[in-house]
Amino acid sequence: MAGTGPTLRVEGLRTHFFTNDGIVKAVDDVSFEVDRGHALGLVGESGCGKTVTGFSIIGLVDPPGRVTDGRILFNGENLLTAGEKRLRSLRGDRIAMIFQDPMMTLNPVLKIETQMVETVLAHQNVDRSTARQMARDAMGKVGIPSPDERLSAYPHQFSGGMRQRVAIAIAFINRPDLIIADEPTTALDVTIQGQILFEAQKLCREAGTALIWITHDLAVVAGLADRICVMYAGRIVEEGTLDDVLDWPIHPYTRGLLNSVPSQKKSGERLEQIPGMTPSPLNLPPGCAFKTRCPRADRACDAEPELREPVPGRRIRCFHPHTQGPS
Amino acid sequence: MSVFIIRRLLQSALVVLVMSLLVFVGVNVVGDPVDMLVNPEADQAEIARVTQSFGLDRPLYEQFGLFLLNAFKGDLGLSFIYGEPALKLIVQRIPATLELALVALLMAIVLGIPLGVFAGLRPNSKVSKTIMAGSILGFSLPTFWVGIMMIMVFAVMLGWLPSTGRGATVNVLGIELSFLTWDGLAHLLMPALNLALFKISLVIRLSRAGTRETALQDYIKFARAKGISNARVVFVHLLKNIMIPVVTVLGLEFGGLIAFSVVTETVFAWPGMGKLIIDSIHSLDRPVVVAYLMIIVLIFVVINLVVDILYSILDPRVRLRDVKA
Amino acid sequence: MATAEQQVAGIHVAEPGARALTPWQRFRADFFASQVATAALYVLVAIILIAVLAPVISPTDPYNLAIVTVLDARLPPGAKGSDGITFWLGSDGAGRDLLSAIFYGLRISLGVGVASGLVAVCIGCVVGLTAAYFGGRTDSVIMRIVDIQLSFPAILVALVLLAILGKGVDKIIVALVVAQWAYYARTVRASALVERNKEYVEAAKCLALGHRRILFRHILPNCLAPLIVVATLQTAHAISLEATLSFLGVGLPITEPSLGLLIANGFDYMLSEKYWISFFPGVALLVAIVSINLVGDQLRDILNPRLQR
Repeated sequence: MAGTGPTLRVEGLRTHFFTNDGIVKAVDDVSFEVDRGHALGLVGESGCGKTVTGFSIIGLVDPPGRVTDGRILFNGENLLTAGEKRLRSLRGDRIAMIFQDPMMTLNPVLKIETQMVETVLAHQNVDRSTARQMARDAMGKVGIPSPDERLSAYPHQFSGGMRQRVAIAIAFINRPDLIIADEPTTALDVTIQGQILFEAQKLCREAGTALIWITHDLAVVAGLADRICVMYAGRIVEEGTLDDVLDWPIHPYTRGLLNSVPSQKKSGERLEQIPGMTPSPLNLPPGCAFKTRCPRADRACDAEPELREPVPGRRIRCFHPHTQGPS
Repeated sequence: MSVFIIRRLLQSALVVLVMSLLVFVGVNVVGDPVDMLVNPEADQAEIARVTQSFGLDRPLYEQFGLFLLNAFKGDLGLSFIYGEPALKLIVQRIPATLELALVALLMAIVLGIPLGVFAGLRPNSKVSKTIMAGSILGFSLPTFWVGIMMIMVFAVMLGWLPSTGRGATVNVLGIELSFLTWDGLAHLLMPALNLALFKISLVIRLSRAGTRETALQDYIKFARAKGISNARVVFVHLLKNIMIPVVTVLGLEFGGLIAFSVVTETVFAWPGMGKLIIDSIHSLDRPVVVAYLMIIVLIFVVINLVVDILYSILDPRVRLRDVKA
Repeated sequence: MATAEQQVAGIHVAEPGARALTPWQRFRADFFASQVATAALYVLVAIILIAVLAPVISPTDPYNLAIVTVLDARLPPGAKGSDGITFWLGSDGAGRDLLSAIFYGLRISLGVGVASGLVAVCIGCVVGLTAAYFGGRTDSVIMRIVDIQLSFPAILVALVLLAILGKGVDKIIVALVVAQWAYYARTVRASALVERNKEYVEAAKCLALGHRRILFRHILPNCLAPLIVVATLQTAHAISLEATLSFLGVGLPITEPSLGLLIANGFDYMLSEKYWISFFPGVALLVAIVSINLVGDQLRDILNPRLQR
């Protein structure tokens, strides 16, 4: 049962990968919170650590990775000290995850029904036929027609969009308090993307489920999230409400991201892009990680910028944030 | 589907025909066919009878026809040593060989898969490394030598198991089976394990490779994200995925088990087809050799046919045989 | 520059400016990265040296009938013979020094295995390349034959051939070649098919180069990597097969005693306590086969194109 505090509160999370070539600080001091029924957009390029953040929360970081620091408070309980047994009872029940590639998320040799029913039976003390009924209902909720036929089918008989709906149905089936969606629409057509976003948002609002939507595409979360966290090289560089961040981006990276989205207003103009590439996580430059690509960088950026909160609810990690309004 | 089966049946028949031709040519070309089919101590009447029955004084193509006809009738000559029809001798010994081969197959599955899956799930543990080292030994060790060593250690030095031969049998539907008696099992243990050794190593390596590959798949991670118990993830999600290639390979290798029983039966004096053929080769009992060839070709063609059909049932997308890796 | 995901996935991306290694140097570095494979290679080289130098390094000539006497028969390891020579590994049923017999046996076993392997590789290459290159009916017919041959276990094929042909070194080599060529043919065909579809072959065809030239100068070199791996592992198999056939009594004649025959000699003493007559030749055989397999395994791991950097 959700208490009065936020459903999820992440404090100073650090997840490091101890590889043969060195230590990769995939998640380096990340903090945020998500309230009941709210959606958080976790935005950043590939490799910025957003997926690893998701896995850290649900406790599925595999070796050579390990959460090394921080607290993850889920309804007040610290997941990092909870133990595997407790985590397993929470996974799929109170915290669910949706993965990116619908082709590979479902086991190809097991029926859809098996994979949905086992999620219920793992956490609730009901019999098979009740579980089956729940599966049927869940399929209906995500807009899958003729659920009975679909249940006895195998994953390869479904399209990508359909499979992702099944994954969403599985995520919602036990009415979790938190759902972590890791780029679930990246591999789908744009038209399907919209539908899936809509379904997910509707279900969350109805059930009061907190949602973390991980994506590299700002446009995707524009219609969905309440708050946005922008990540770069394992750290949060900007955070605020959706409107604040999209209308008044103050970190140069966020601004660069927004400017590089093609939109109607700029037809005829050259597409802007952020020069350079993400630095190798083994070889992060000292100081601000973005300085190699930032048009506003100078000697001051050789020092580590701290995450500051100039205005309540708005956080920024930069020495030279934009203070003016929209570009 | 049925077109596929008919096509495969025709192909199999063709193979049998071609092999019979090869055997026939071998018999006729390599030496005097009379020597091949008639006991050197036979009298004129016997020589005349065989000459008549196999048409040895007729043109070659007629001879081939008669050869095939005789084969259908089950007449492939009389054994020089035993004086009985060669075919009958071999067929009598098929149950013993099959028993050995099937128990070996069972061992390969029951021992190989769990060990391989374990090695795949915990690739860096000491136990896994031991298992993998063992598997390399398993398929490098020459079967016959291992058999000899097993007899020396377990039968001679330790006296735990009988050294040779088949144990007491029980007659089931006219077939003598020995695994239904304790004595039979005691005699069966070493030869079956010896025969299975190579296959166990193969299965371990296959299962391990399959497990390592499957364990990295998204759907396994997704299953864990659903909070499914570890046991279920391994035994349902993982196992089902690796079983398909493992079972396929095992099916194809079953023929190899029957072939290799030649060695194990010789070492352990197991009264199967294999021992008979080796003895016959040494004693120049040619009708038995010829009959063995025909039977073995038939067995293999049938095995291949069954495996092909089973595979196309399991996976309707597969119609061709280019699946053997 | 590797992304974090690449790093996390363990894919090595060379830093720009790192000194590039030649393919040969990289190959060597990869191979010797495994201690087990390195050890196996040293053992293998030692075994090959023993095999080649057998007449020189053996304590006695076990097949010199003038020296060998049945008075020395069945002596346990370490015992002294009638000439005062120490039988380090004991003597067999005819009084031969087992250590020397093993050296000579290694020579024959390895020789036969390698010789048959080489011939089989040549035949397999020609057949596989032809099938892959010309495609169509040629390919279908050839591969049908190959498949049928492969559906029969090697041991049966060899057994049957030897039953017909009789004993002799040449005959056993023939039998081993027949048992192996199909496997090489299929491997070569598979790689050649991949190569054939690549652009450089199109280019060569455009230059109107002859078939033979394209096949041997262009396609074949690129098929070598998997071929080497298969050849190594198959050679171990061939040696094991020859030993098995000799043990069964259909292989090499007594005048060319391979390790299999030595083990067979010890078979008669199986039920007594004279273990050494079968044991030591078996160990020698085992060491040879295991070292070849380990080297082959390592070769396979490093030459695997999917793991290429």
